[in-house]
Amino acid sequence: MMKKFQTTLFIALLLSCAFVSAQTTFPVNGVYDQREGLYAFTNATIHTTYNRTIENATLLIRDGKVEAVGTTVTIPKDAVIVDVKDKHIYPSFIDLYANYGVPKVKGSSWNWGDPPQFLSTKDGAYAWNEAIKAEFDAVEHFKVDKKDAEEYINLGFGAVLTHQHDGIVRGSGVLVLLNDENEHEVILKEKASAHYSFQKGASSQVYPTSLMGSIALLRQTYLDAQWYAGIGNKEEKNITLQRFNELQNLPQIFEVRDWLSALRADKIGDEFGKQYIIKGDGDEYQRINALKSANVPFILPLNFPDAYDVEDPFDATNVSLKEMKHWELAASNASILAEANIEFAFTLDDLKNKKDFLKNIRKAINRGLSEEAALKALTYTPANLLGVNTLIGSLEKGKVANFLIVSDNIFEKKAVIHENWIGGKPNRLKELTQMDLRGEYAFNVGTVNYELQINGEPDAPNMEIILNDSTKITIKHTIHDESVSLSFDTDKDSLNQAKIGIGKVRLSGWIDKQGEQWVGRGQDADGQWIDWQILYAGELPEKEEDKKKDGDTKDTENKDVVDEEGEEEEQEEVGEVIYPFEAYGATSVPKQESILFKNATVWTNEADGILEQTDVLIENGKIAAIGEGLAISSSTKVINAEGKHLTSGVIDEHSHIAISKGVNEGGQASSAEVSIGDVVNSEDINIYRQLAGGVTTSQLLHGSANPIGGQSGIIKLKWGYLPEDMKMKDAPGFIKFALGENVKQSSWPSSSAKRFPQTRMGVEQVYVNAFTRAKEYGAQRQSLGVSSSKGKKRTTPSLGSSSVKPDLELDALLEIIEGKRFITCHSYVQSEITMLMRVAEQFGFKVNTFTHILEGYKVADKMKEHGVNASSFSDWWAYKYEVIDAIPYNGAIMHKMGVNVGFNSDDAEMARRLNQEAAKAIKYGGLSEEDAWKFVTLNPAKMLHIDDKVGSIKIGKDADVVLWSDNPLSIYAKAEKTFIDGICFFDREENEQREEYVRRERNRLVQKMLEVKKKGGKTQAAKPKKKRLYHCDDMGEGETTDFYHEHHKGH
Amino acid sequence: MTHLYKIFTFFLFLATTSILAQTNSVPTPAKAQSETIVLRGGTAHIGDGKVIENSIIVFENGKITMAADATMVKMDFTDKKVIDITGKEVYPGFVAASTSMGLMEIAAVRATRDEDEIGGLNPNVRSIISYNTDSRVIPTVRSNGILIAQVRPEGGRIAGTSTVVQLDAWNWEDAVYKIDDGIHLSWPHIYSFKGWWANPGGIEKNEKYSEEVTQIKDLFDQAKAYCQSNKHDEKNLKLSSMCGLFDGSQQLFIHVNMIKEIIEAVNFSKKYGVKIIIVGGEDAWMATDILKNNNIPVVIKRTQSLPSRSDEDIDLPFKLPKLLQDAGVLYCITLGDGSDAFWDQRNLPFHAGQAVPNGLTKEQAVTAITFNPAKILNIADKTGTLEVGKDANIIISTGDVLDMRTSNIEYAFIQGRAIDLDNKQKALYRKYMEKYGLKE
Repeated sequence: MMKKFQTTLFIALLLSCAFVSAQTTFPVNGVYDQREGLYAFTNATIHTTYNRTIENATLLIRDGKVEAVGTTVTIPKDAVIVDVKDKHIYPSFIDLYANYGVPKVKGSSWNWGDPPQFLSTKDGAYAWNEAIKAEFDAVEHFKVDKKDAEEYINLGFGAVLTHQHDGIVRGSGVLVLLNDENEHEVILKEKASAHYSFQKGASSQVYPTSLMGSIALLRQTYLDAQWYAGIGNKEEKNITLQRFNELQNLPQIFEVRDWLSALRADKIGDEFGKQYIIKGDGDEYQRINALKSANVPFILPLNFPDAYDVEDPFDATNVSLKEMKHWELAASNASILAEANIEFAFTLDDLKNKKDFLKNIRKAINRGLSEEAALKALTYTPANLLGVNTLIGSLEKGKVANFLIVSDNIFEKKAVIHENWIGGKPNRLKELTQMDLRGEYAFNVGTVNYELQINGEPDAPNMEIILNDSTKITIKHTIHDESVSLSFDTDKDSLNQAKIGIGKVRLSGWIDKQGEQWVGRGQDADGQWIDWQILYAGELPEKEEDKKKDGDTKDTENKDVVDEEGEEEEQEEVGEVIYPFEAYGATSVPKQESILFKNATVWTNEADGILEQTDVLIENGKIAAIGEGLAISSSTKVINAEGKHLTSGVIDEHSHIAISKGVNEGGQASSAEVSIGDVVNSEDINIYRQLAGGVTTSQLLHGSANPIGGQSGIIKLKWGYLPEDMKMKDAPGFIKFALGENVKQSSWPSSSAKRFPQTRMGVEQVYVNAFTRAKEYGAQRQSLGVSSSKGKKRTTPSLGSSSVKPDLELDALLEIIEGKRFITCHSYVQSEITMLMRVAEQFGFKVNTFTHILEGYKVADKMKEHGVNASSFSDWWAYKYEVIDAIPYNGAIMHKMGVNVGFNSDDAEMARRLNQEAAKAIKYGGLSEEDAWKFVTLNPAKMLHIDDKVGSIKIGKDADVVLWSDNPLSIYAKAEKTFIDGICFFDREENEQREEYVRRERNRLVQKMLEVKKKGGKTQAAKPKKKRLYHCDDMGEGETTDFYHEHHKGH
Repeated sequence: MTHLYKIFTFFLFLATTSILAQTNSVPTPAKAQSETIVLRGGTAHIGDGKVIENSIIVFENGKITMAADATMVKMDFTDKKVIDITGKEVYPGFVAASTSMGLMEIAAVRATRDEDEIGGLNPNVRSIISYNTDSRVIPTVRSNGILIAQVRPEGGRIAGTSTVVQLDAWNWEDAVYKIDDGIHLSWPHIYSFKGWWANPGGIEKNEKYSEEVTQIKDLFDQAKAYCQSNKHDEKNLKLSSMCGLFDGSQQLFIHVNMIKEIIEAVNFSKKYGVKIIIVGGEDAWMATDILKNNNIPVVIKRTQSLPSRSDEDIDLPFKLPKLLQDAGVLYCITLGDGSDAFWDQRNLPFHAGQAVPNGLTKEQAVTAITFNPAKILNIADKTGTLEVGKDANIIISTGDVLDMRTSNIEYAFIQGRAIDLDNKQKALYRKYMEKYGLKE
């Protein structure tokens, strides 16, 4: 999957326009002043590239390029020689994810209450959607920004790849040097990269409103562009698509906000033959194996969160274990990636306080990242990923002279970047020749003689008058080059006071001979002019150093892992990664077992009915045997199920848990192209909570904001597994439709309710129109011999000759007509229920399921005739006008009429009590217990066409079983163990251990954060950040809210 | 024109529903008890934790005159109406605290909602005058055994004054069980949401929190002072409506969930000497000491809900009753706020039942929806248990009423009146069973 990037061929061309010595189109006002820039840096430790260091070497640069480097360099006579003895020279850093010198985009111009904007308002022949901005070339808008550049330069950067951080397709980036010169001189490579994200950015168009919409829009853009490259450009002119095609051979950089989306992006890349470089979020360590198998290179931010202020135990409850653990582990991210051999570069992006950059790299090193890997991520890898490693990223002959002169090993805390040379030009940051003034001195002020010590660091010395062992006077001092200003308070000695007064003594002078003598004049506390001098007396006493070492040892014993700034010093113990990275996750995912349930009451859901005192054997993920005295192997675990009830797992036909960033793509009346399957979120705590309610399979549905919603994801609740591994294998395709008040936007303010349809009459026409178009599309494709574009790698160049543009929306609709995709339709009143069945019949297919279907009892006979399934609520009503006639007997009537009926949740809380909801069919309508139980197991399995695998206890079916403490229909029953595919995903006893882990781990982290705070480290407020729960008519990508448990149920 | 049209269709709608009414979906309030009724042989759940296996319950003129073990009673049953309930379960009528039932008919239709008045401080606004005895929702709730409800306004800082009603009445004046029993205050939130639901901006510290608390304190300072005197040149309706809080005739229901907010609410009440009740109290388990020491009860909203924090015990809301029970904090269970809190009250017994596999005994769960809410609402002298002298608010079920698997209410009496357990939903059930020729 990893694609080798073509090394650029334009180096010669680029070099010719990037450097001062070359010819220029610009006239000069005055005399030409072109200098050769010939410098030799001698006696240095030169890190020519991330894995090669030469001691005592010379770096020779000329005309902005490296001319030679090594220990045997012949220095030309006309070279300026800079002796950098004891200094280190590194290639300057490269940032691939800058937003430097390119105009920043303000937020959307759309305001609450404005009518929705359906199409692009951009002038010109551009894409229909404002979030697709392939035409934006950063090079055309790039402007040198001295202030921003300084920030980068101070941190050691020499070149950055910059682009406009806005939109889903963001156009091209430009690679520039950070010098404050003409744009013409600093651009290293135009159109150096193509950029993407899932954020629609400043676009004020309604579409897309969700992550899955962004994904679908990007997919369709690839298809449109392929079509455009073929026949399409003869049918319309579209600058965006043309430019999109031009971007395709560049390095492709994709920004995501979490590792889940990194996998999503990689999947899209696979479909279209692209290998993205992923700009991650710093949480990659949470699923390192998945990312390793995806083999994706990363651009990593170093945005380590501050510790939370958990001083107040109640406030601390606002911070989740996930947040605490991320606080602790964020710094380990890079080392974990390095260990997994994942290629990565560092970026300054996302770092709030940019000055923390090197500090955070040191933290990463402290967590096990090698210095070599760190340097690689700052120099070689970014250049390599961009295909410009013949240009920058190392110090070799012919490369751009971007390098740093550093006082020490750059990864040491005391290291100081003296100079950052970019394109052969110096940026002087800190005096190169730092005098080390430390030592003992004699200090004569007028007629007073003091003992003086200069200690501290060479670049930040302390000056103290030593009166005796315990009394010192600090001298305030300014030392610039060789000029010196000093001031201090006179001591209490009466004799001295008689000589120089009481108060401040102020002195000025110079260092006469370094390491020997300082002299000057000044005024004593009485204002009398006096002479002064400081004479070197020797090195600092050893004692001082020893004392310091003792202190260090003590610190270590006290487990002091932070210094006064809260920075880590010692190698520290950190917690483990858990799967999922959320409370109740575990350090390993559970494995398949062979289990015999002995003497259970078994609810088979088959002809056998409910069997007392029966054994069930599960093996290899399947139900292997049912009966008494079953033969088992020695490795089979026996569970005594005496007095307990064993059932197949609960199946929730209508769920909105485990979905990332938006359950509705409501921007258009039809969004058949989007799929919940693209946005499954394996990290949702509700997965675990529902396992505790015996749920094993859920259909994750699109919401009900529009008549034609999106495609479903059918998952098994495999807590700890990856989204792709949770998806049920070979499950048929489903799509959500919706009728009634939600789709006609009944509760929207009239200013916003502008989307067709606004009545049930219009809803019918949406369907007739959609299926008519889909039918025609299918016919055209068939006549051209093109099969559906689904399921294959979507690079279909042969389509170029076809005049039918592949259309993901119509593909999905066509699948419905062809009986390959099934409808689950949100529905309430009888009129619309009948309408949809008639529309389906008109187009020759059947509606598969009506969900909610609260007036189904009024047309149960028609439903039976059509052959549709009913997935209802047990007893909901009165929350909106269209449920005024809802009755809790609905399920029973439909069942008695021969309709296949189930109860669903549409609610993260109710889902974990679906067993109780099923029992309401006994209370309201008098169903038998067996029939009621099937409402939440076998019947939904039938609706989902997965009853050959799940839904009953039958030999050969998936071992998705639940052991209940009591009759499963009873409110007193608890799911004790929940198995999926023979794997135990919930065990009430083990749950106590998980609870204990949460408690213990939280406590450990709280103590650790308190320690950071005590040491003066930075903290952030402990605010609640609750995840949002989705319901049918929720719009937007929101992930927070709901903390105060406002119940906004929109079914 | 369109306006007229809308009015026309509205009347058409009314006409249609009144035709429906004739299909016997609107029960008629029962007549006053005329003959003495004897319930013989049932398992009586007294409400205070006691159970009488083979019981005799007698009530006349609306009051319970006997609740005893049948084997201990020698009694002449002639001239009395005896109902043999052998094998059945008998309970006190359930009491639903803090509900918008009767103030709200269809949550999404504004015209049918009367629970939320404009303005932040409305202690003078009284729920009872909006209470709609003809709500189609009430009979559906009543038929699951809920006979008494505290109907309260919501919204704003002080939503208004609640009244306790009995659920079988011709009009609101008939319905009153305890008039203007309490004032409902929503404690300010320490954290608030930025943005709106489609574009949430995350949770931030509510910068106005202190200001909002001060606003409450100012109001209470002034109300307390105002209520010291009967003579005022200018009568202030808001302040005078709060005097009951200071003379002990009314209680203050503080709707609050987060631990720090609960503690601040309690300390607030101490300062004013007002009797408060915490409503919601998701975090009350962390504050049991302060609640117990100050005799502050908790009205738990929805045991069937999700933990508010991802790290919490996955069953914490199920366990909250047990945690308060063990700590000795008086509590009751109700359904919650907003658009579900009215029709969903019919699931009240199941919210109590949910606490049973999570620590409560069945009788404690019954108490949590009978005697305890009666105590909390100061109506325990009249109802909440099957004890002599109390109103005959009684339900009879063929099976355990806390479990939906067995709950099946056959009879209900409010103040001795045998109430009609039919409702619109049952009528529609019959209508369509008949259409399809189906048998129950």
